[in-house]
Amino acid sequence: MKSSVIIFPGSNCDRDMDVALKKFGFKNQMVWHNDPNLPQSDLIILPGGFSYGDYLRCGSIAAKSKIIKSVVEFANSGGLVVGVCNGFQILIETGLLPGALLKNKYLEFICKNVFVKINNSENKYFKNIKKNILKLHIAHNEGNYFCSLDELKFIEDNNQIAVNYCNKNGDISEENNPNGSINNIAGIFNKSKNILGMMPHPERMIDSYLSGEDGSIFFENLIGNLK
Amino acid sequence: MKVKVIVTPKNGVLDPQGKAIQQTLNGMGFSSVKEVRQGKYFNIEIIEKDETKAKARAEDMCKKLLANLIIEDYQII
Repeated sequence: MKSSVIIFPGSNCDRDMDVALKKFGFKNQMVWHNDPNLPQSDLIILPGGFSYGDYLRCGSIAAKSKIIKSVVEFANSGGLVVGVCNGFQILIETGLLPGALLKNKYLEFICKNVFVKINNSENKYFKNIKKNILKLHIAHNEGNYFCSLDELKFIEDNNQIAVNYCNKNGDISEENNPNGSINNIAGIFNKSKNILGMMPHPERMIDSYLSGEDGSIFFENLIGNLK
Repeated sequence: MKVKVIVTPKNGVLDPQGKAIQQTLNGMGFSSVKEVRQGKYFNIEIIEKDETKAKARAEDMCKKLLANLIIEDYQII
């Protein structure tokens, strides 16, 4: 399985993502944002970081970079695209995913472990996953998912909510909402579920000595579903 | 010619920065401040003499980059 991680100026989770993908069997390649074409890939990842210093709006400048045209074509033809954290913000700014990511409700940069509950496992990302509550890491200032009520109804009706913030027992309530996101939304899909954007970082949870291993569950399951 | 663009959060969209500024102003004694909404201001110089055409270009820029129309409104002045 071939994966490609796109690097933008200011990406800083690209190498962690590379390590994670390779650990679980992906043949990963790093792709510079200014390259005109994508190498042949089964999975494209937009990593976390602060692309273009978060100028204008997080992800807005990266969303106009040269490689994004190829990413949009790849995504629109059904290719698997994952955006984590700043990568999620970039996917939102390209219009591949609906809604917007606002500043966190309490104006804090949040850096901590959280639990998320998988809302929809009928897709390549979460099908067959052995746990439906994962402990992952978040580190962001603009992760407060927002959309209009009409749009929220649309994404709920189409089962586009991927993961919600919860506690260790899976309770999705306001007290387990770190950033003010509507309905504790931590990640969403596009309508056909080949594009996934999420604020939590699975690549930071792949080592029991350093952090945790629920990210390993995500990557192992994903490559298993792609084989 | 120069075109000025103001981008502001739409009504109803949470603006935590504006809220923090409002609370700080209240705390400083500006007790009559009821609400603050923080936005962005762009001063754009366009190689174009015709004002209508320049503003049309700026509008295109707002829709494609300067504003996120899901959460922001823009004004061209």
